[in-house]
Amino acid sequence: MLSTTDLKNLLVQALPGATVEVSDLTGTSDHFQAIIVAPQFRGKSRIEQHQIVYGALGDRMKQEIHALALSTRAAE
Amino acid sequence: MSDVHQRIQELVDAHPVVLFMKGTKSFPQCGFSNAVVQILKKEGVSFETVNVLADPEIREGIKAFANWPTIPQLYVNGKFVGGCDIVTEMHNAGELAKELEAAK
Repeated sequence: MLSTTDLKNLLVQALPGATVEVSDLTGTSDHFQAIIVAPQFRGKSRIEQHQIVYGALGDRMKQEIHALALSTRAAE
Repeated sequence: MSDVHQRIQELVDAHPVVLFMKGTKSFPQCGFSNAVVQILKKEGVSFETVNVLADPEIREGIKAFANWPTIPQLYVNGKFVGGCDIVTEMHNAGELAKELEAAK
């Protein structure tokens, strides 16, 4: 089981300098929403930005995380 | 190139707008898949769907195909456009209509 804090920590570690907000959509610790504003997203398409996030989470996307609604934006 | 990769490539090549989803157009079995179906209906475009729940090989293969770990996945004119979040954002920004215009 992954808490919102665990998920937030993983994302912040993978994307130093990012602002990350995570919420648990269902209260079941497997359907999450993340809003991420990161300097690493500069110059990247939306698809590339989401791929960076998925890459950081790796196998967790296949296991603990059943759904992750993502909103990403490049930090100014 | 693996067989499943080739099967997916053929589906993507054969249909200008194709959605890989959980369930079918008339009976989506996941809220995210349903959201994309509803958006495509609003856009008024004809589209093909592939039910990944009925085809475990494609369900796994599609994730490697686009380097994208989640379903649904929308392809327009052979190009991966995005999953539910991106398609929703593009729809709201009017960008999806432009993308789909090219597929008509």
